[in-house]
Amino acid sequence: MSSPKTAAPEQLIIIGNGMVGHHLVEQLVDNGALERYQVTVFGEERHRAYDRVHLSEYFSGRDADSLALCEADYYTVSGVELRTGEAVIEIDRNAQEVVTDQGRYPYDRLVLATGSFPFVPPIPGNDRDGCLVYRTLDDLDAIQAAAENATTGVVVGGGLLGLEAANALRGLNLDTAVVEFASRLMPMQVDNEGGELLREKIEALGVQVLTERATQRIEDGEASRHRMVFQDDKVLETDLIVFSAGIRPRDQLARDCGLEIGERGGVVVDNQCLTNDPAILAIGEVALWNQSIFGLVAPGYQMAKTALSTLTEGDIQFGGADMSTKLKLLGVDVGSIGDAHGTQNPGARMFRYLDPIKQEYRKLVVSSDGKKLLGAMLVGDNGVYDTLLQYYSNGIELPAEPASLILPQSSGAAPTLGPGALPETATICSCHNVTKGDICATIDGGAVDLGGVKGATKASTGCGGCTALLKSVVDHELEARGVEVDKSICEHFAHTRQGLYDIVRVEGIKTFTDLIEKHGNADTHRLGCDICKPAVASILASCFNEPITDAAHIPLQDTNDTFMANMQKNGTYSVVPRVAGGEITPDKLIALGEVANKYSLYSKVTGGQRIDLFGARLEDLPDIWSELIAAGFETGHAYGKSLRTVKSCVGSTWCRYGVQDSVGMAIQLENRYKGLRSPHKIKFGVSGCTRECAEAQSKDIGIIATENGWNLYVCGNGGMRPRHAELFATDLDDEQLYRTIDRFLMFYVRTADRLQRTSVWRENLDGGLEYLKEVILEDSLGINDELERQMQTVVDTYQCEWADAISDPEKLKRFRSFVNDDRPDPSIIMTSERGQLRPA
Amino acid sequence: MTATALKKEMDTMAEQTTKTWQKVCTKADLVEFSGVAAWIETADGPAQVAIFYLPGLRQGKDHELYALDHFDPFSKANVIARGIVGDLKGAAVVASPIYKQHFRLEDGQCLEDESVKLRAWKIEFKGDEVWVEG
Ligand SMILES: Cc1cc2nc3c(=O)[nH]c(=O)nc-3n(C[C@H](O)[C@H](O)[C@H](O)COP(=O)(O)OP(=O)(O)OC[C@H]3O[C@@H](n4cnc5c(N)ncnc54)[C@H](O)[C@@H]3O)c2cc1C
Ligand code: HEM
Ligand code: SF4
Ligand code: SF4
Repeated sequence: MSSPKTAAPEQLIIIGNGMVGHHLVEQLVDNGALERYQVTVFGEERHRAYDRVHLSEYFSGRDADSLALCEADYYTVSGVELRTGEAVIEIDRNAQEVVTDQGRYPYDRLVLATGSFPFVPPIPGNDRDGCLVYRTLDDLDAIQAAAENATTGVVVGGGLLGLEAANALRGLNLDTAVVEFASRLMPMQVDNEGGELLREKIEALGVQVLTERATQRIEDGEASRHRMVFQDDKVLETDLIVFSAGIRPRDQLARDCGLEIGERGGVVVDNQCLTNDPAILAIGEVALWNQSIFGLVAPGYQMAKTALSTLTEGDIQFGGADMSTKLKLLGVDVGSIGDAHGTQNPGARMFRYLDPIKQEYRKLVVSSDGKKLLGAMLVGDNGVYDTLLQYYSNGIELPAEPASLILPQSSGAAPTLGPGALPETATICSCHNVTKGDICATIDGGAVDLGGVKGATKASTGCGGCTALLKSVVDHELEARGVEVDKSICEHFAHTRQGLYDIVRVEGIKTFTDLIEKHGNADTHRLGCDICKPAVASILASCFNEPITDAAHIPLQDTNDTFMANMQKNGTYSVVPRVAGGEITPDKLIALGEVANKYSLYSKVTGGQRIDLFGARLEDLPDIWSELIAAGFETGHAYGKSLRTVKSCVGSTWCRYGVQDSVGMAIQLENRYKGLRSPHKIKFGVSGCTRECAEAQSKDIGIIATENGWNLYVCGNGGMRPRHAELFATDLDDEQLYRTIDRFLMFYVRTADRLQRTSVWRENLDGGLEYLKEVILEDSLGINDELERQMQTVVDTYQCEWADAISDPEKLKRFRSFVNDDRPDPSIIMTSERGQLRPA
Repeated sequence: MTATALKKEMDTMAEQTTKTWQKVCTKADLVEFSGVAAWIETADGPAQVAIFYLPGLRQGKDHELYALDHFDPFSKANVIARGIVGDLKGAAVVASPIYKQHFRLEDGQCLEDESVKLRAWKIEFKGDEVWVEG
């Protein structure tokens, strides 16, 4: 800060301790501005600043303290004087003082953060007892008190806040009506169609909606306390009235002292939030910037940041704010983006979609060339709001058929934006903390392909978990810049994984050599690489299920598949036998322990409900597995892109809540799908009741028991980008469940990209969940028989790869550290920690 | 003369003076289009070598056999022989099985990091036997 600490502090006064005024105090505290300013805050309300946005939660049990924006001693501890319950009644600009009924206070700089007040239309009788407003905690206390001997309530004003107030009255058990002057509800946010739909939905909740009603007067009622008389002499009786007919800036103090005021109110400020008196600033809902009042908290906070900057000679400017909003009012989704009415952009074109049965309405306002989204309106379902907002706020070019964005998904539309929908700040690679913005910057800086981006940002060179996401972002960004993206899997094949899959199936090709001879690019050595070889190995395994250790397939495999164990960072391997459903007998536990002891293996229980033995030396693997197989174990495929585990909860056998045997089902499923090779790993979870102890909704396939059977969820994921699985089918019996999963998995295996988990696959799937349901549940492609048959083949041809390998001396030859020497690799050194071995 | 240059010179001298060809294994021990590891004793002490066998590779010099250090400088583990063999941008390569960097079989050069190079060992068939110079 510019002034040294020793100078006499300047006096800074803030009028108003609302959301924005408080935010300014926090900014001042956090940025060291208190070294320069001595700050005094006046708040007219008796409470310290609280969260007005969530005011209505006061009725659902939150109290003033829990709504407060800071701890009770925040101001004292920070050294800011807060004078609540003390309103400023005058600003004396000549003396540079503010006046309250308790005294006069000098200021060097003054900030107006007085917010706004609810507008009460000038109707005779509007000041009767029980005529209230909805803005402060005290207002809510008054409403609650009045509601005690009331049975009916009316809200005057059908805007956003009016509907929120109506919901509150309903919550107080009043028969509630909304009276709106305009011809529809929420006239600012929605058009006639949208308003009509909103009316239907709200009436369905038992709230009466009266539009085009101008109240003429309020007088004594007969059956109730008040009677409202409308322009057409119709009447409505009620015990309680809440006015919510818009807000007006609290600019009286500013008017009185001669500051510049807008035509329709509001203290005029510039980009620095300065009024026409440079000693005075205004922020929040009282401030009028570029002819606009911003009635939302986010722009207010931006103004507070600007004010801090202005007060400390910084250069932050306020540049307006986006007023797009997404709300749930009375349980009804309403969304409004940009120029939702299409009235601010001459030549704009509109697309509308109205579903009177599902009660959904969506409207797009598109530039005249059809390329940019200028605004949007949603009623009934905000599902596409986030995607649309991305198009709007980032100026992303619309698809050729903009209407596809608002059509129901079943008509083949593409509702999610995929990588384009991610904001610039989204972290893509968490290992190296690379954001989408960083990736864009390297592309703009000259990177022309995935490799270039990886090299420059290190993205995806850590745990590699972001590989698929990174690729889709890079592809997307390159395409957005007009670069034609080569979809080839690698330099050896001009095909995608899906393309290769189809070729293998249609032509019945059974080896990599065959495939690359017939379909590989001629200008390579046709050796393949570490991208296409494992991908083809997986495809061949999905189609023909020959042992991956057969001579023709061995060179294709990652080391993990070659040695049927996961290589660890020191070159040793882990051993993970299958423990289907997490159920294990004591004898098997003992056997595991004995093997671990004998071969000095570090033992750890995994998150997949089984036991991982680490530190196995290559040459010990066959012996370890012989002993495990003798004890009744089989391979767990922890090394493969294949089914990992089916996690289960305790289930109805033991659990008092269980409605089905989740463990039994998990074992069935694990045994059915074990060994299935797929584009990426697959995890299942089965819970025995809706309490969901198995966390099935974070899995690729999640199953939750119901009274009548099983609910199936698909495409969930944990990890870096968690995704809840989506409900796919309900109340299936066992047989139906297997059939549905058979089809689903085979369709995934057939169409997904390499290393694409079901979640990412689903997000990139044109047509989304609806399309998936049509294919799997309604057989819209007519392929279900084939998918089932194919799965049955995989199930029927299952064999434990380890049992196969240990019975074949040729295969065992690979399991030695050196072809010419029996010694183990001497550079593997272990030390001990917590009673077990670990890499030194 | 800088320290590194001096070291290089000494290395070359060591190479010139002490290398001998030795039999490592037979063709039957190799895995086609993949790698195996071998233990050899050299004048500088023991070494682990990764041997790759690409029968009928169509390339100018018509190599079928390659040998590189088994030691992966990135993971500091002896694992190179267990990587996937392939070709990238015209050169036969092996990908480290741990962090997936590619090394050219011909000379051990790492494609992702110019400053990293594995030793390439001379290797050839003598009849059915595999011989390495080390
Ligand atoms: C029910 C409700 C729901 C809302 N929901 C949302 C929402 O979902 N999203 C959203 O973005 N916004 C919402 N808002 C709007 C949001 O609350 C306001 O934009 C925000 O509170 C404005 O902050 P402010 O500090 O400018 O004004 P306020 O929070 O109103 O604070 C102004 C304060 O100044 C005090 N004051 C006024 N004059 C004087 C004086 N002379 N002397 C001393 N003190 C004075 C007032 O008493 C008041 O406490 C909602 C508002 C309400 C009422
Ligand atoms: C995205 C990058 C990821 C990578 C690279 C990765 C890697 C691995 C590896 C190598 C193993 C095997 C350990 C061994 O036996 O050697 C493993 C096991 C496991 N991982 Fe991950 N993992 C990733 C993400 C996740 C996520 C997101 C979850 C959970 C939400 C998860 C849960 C598990 C579980 C439960 C196991 C043990 C599985 C078993 O019992 O076989 N992993 N992971
Ligand atoms: S096991 Fe742990 S350290 Fe390893 S990849 Fe998974 S989360 Fe990361
Ligand atoms: S999900 Fe239900 S049945 Fe399973 S353990 Fe939890 S409460 Fe019991």
